[in-house]
Amino acid sequence: MNKDALIPSVGVVTDIRKDTPDVKTFRVVGLDGKKPFEHIPGQCAFLSMPGVGEALFSITSSPTNEEYLEFSIKKCGCVTEWLHQMEVGQQITIRGPYGNGFPVETAFKGKDMVFIAGGIGLAPLRSVINYVRDKRENYGKVTIVYGSRSDADLVDYEEIKNEWIGEKDFNVYLTIDRETETWDGHVGFVPNYVKDIGLDNTATAVLCGPPIMIKFTLANLQELGFKTSQIYTTLELKMKCAIGKCGRCNVGDKYVCKDGPVFRCDELNELPNEY
Amino acid sequence: MMKISVKNLPELYAKIAEENSLYIPINNKGNVNFKKWEQGALVDLDRLKTVKSAKDVFFPQSQDLVNFEVNGKEIKVGEQVLPTDKQVIFGVRGCDAKSFEILDMAFLEDFGDKFYEARRENTTIITLACGRPDEACFCKVYGIDAADPKGDITTWIVDGYLYWMPNNDKGYDLTAKVKDLFALGNDDDKVEAYKTEIRSIIDKLPYSHLNLKGFDAEHLMEKFDSKKWNELSEACLGCGTCTFVCPTCQCYDIKDFKTNKGVERFRCWDSCMFSDFTKCAHGNPRTTQLQRFRQRFMHKLVYFHSNHGVYSCVGCGRCVQKCPSMLNIVKVIKALGEDNKDE
Repeated sequence: MNKDALIPSVGVVTDIRKDTPDVKTFRVVGLDGKKPFEHIPGQCAFLSMPGVGEALFSITSSPTNEEYLEFSIKKCGCVTEWLHQMEVGQQITIRGPYGNGFPVETAFKGKDMVFIAGGIGLAPLRSVINYVRDKRENYGKVTIVYGSRSDADLVDYEEIKNEWIGEKDFNVYLTIDRETETWDGHVGFVPNYVKDIGLDNTATAVLCGPPIMIKFTLANLQELGFKTSQIYTTLELKMKCAIGKCGRCNVGDKYVCKDGPVFRCDELNELPNEY
Repeated sequence: MMKISVKNLPELYAKIAEENSLYIPINNKGNVNFKKWEQGALVDLDRLKTVKSAKDVFFPQSQDLVNFEVNGKEIKVGEQVLPTDKQVIFGVRGCDAKSFEILDMAFLEDFGDKFYEARRENTTIITLACGRPDEACFCKVYGIDAADPKGDITTWIVDGYLYWMPNNDKGYDLTAKVKDLFALGNDDDKVEAYKTEIRSIIDKLPYSHLNLKGFDAEHLMEKFDSKKWNELSEACLGCGTCTFVCPTCQCYDIKDFKTNKGVERFRCWDSCMFSDFTKCAHGNPRTTQLQRFRQRFMHKLVYFHSNHGVYSCVGCGRCVQKCPSMLNIVKVIKALGEDNKDE
């Protein structure tokens, strides 16, 4: 029978990794042990525990991963609290993928890429970054600027340290907001760091992070000579359906769930500033 | 065209109800709403507007989506149970009939809603011309003809008779089942005269000539940035009454309910007028009632039009009559319209 889009399938959590004090990464497969569905970097899916609730998360694994989907989730509400206390082997429900995703096969192709993330904002970008790593020949130089509150709050630090930093033509810049005893790297906010690094303004930039970081980073990128048409971001608003019907996630006449979550900043500037 | 004496309508209801769930305006202690007909029900076809619109028949206030069984770490997703009930909705006015076309755009385009779709397919719509449109009506603004409302069957009540005209296969199928109750109505002139009379009343109604020029995608930012939203929304209590009586409001919530057989996931009407509607973990993009009020009317008059080419309003006037603070879409159209430009 043709199933309604709101009815989920069952997924199994096969691995849980504690990234930071409040972020865990969950690996999910279908009941058949295979990846639940194919996706494009930047797309999202609904996870739920029946009786607790359903919430939308960006898929942090790359589509080039053929075995499973991963979700990096920060503990900050009912559903995420529950997900954080569950154990490996737990079944949850999953439906998706939703949204447009990043234009990895069109606008991004052949470009030098700059990825700028703050905190849990790395989650959707990790999908693109690992996609770019796996299809290295299709993209130019890659610069990653990633910041968090402290070194303990850097999501995916092991992967960044062991895999991204050594990648050919990859420049990775990490920063934390305030000094700690365990950190000898850069200290300072992402928007300022972006300016200090002096990025090449012919690259295509992708931003994700808290609204305040996006706002100042966007301004600084423009000061560096980036046009808004070179900058992409991904939005997050409350959603219940993710298929353009429940009426929550619109910004003007666009729905973040189906017209987004990825927007080019010049397109976003044409919409009401209500996100 | 066929006719039946109004006195014999209970027989028609009973006949229709033999094979269908019949939804019809029923008076319950003064409040008239579309309810399932039963023998002895107080049908009221004279009441111009039901309190709530007719949309429940396709988009019920609460709809079970799926049941889950949770055992330890295991989850079982129950079978999808789509509504199979054959329904007839009788006495739908032109405005509410038009609202179904608008809801179709919201529910059936991209990721079509199977529950809505099933109800839509299983339902025959019998419309009824508006003999006495009132001063809150403005369907004419949206090109709706309340004198000849679109439906599977259109009906008119003139001089003690209900005239019946099927318009398509669904209409003819139902007509075949009930035609023995009807006489041939060679009174086309009477019905035509009635339509003319209705149209002449509507033409004189105070809101029939509202100007919607400028409510489109091109003027989206201009309308959004208007200084007038503050004054327009000042008295809004955020009660959501306008959204609950509205035939085109489609926003919904999805919730889980623990039953003794597991967890039922259901969908229920929600309102963009409520303060927690868009509240999420990282904040709320609409923290003020002004923003929520603006969202509702921008959606109806600009965003929906930009996406679908029609307005998400049918001019039924329910919000005009029900808002406890006397706010409504007519005031918004007048304040932001071309006839009353900023500066």
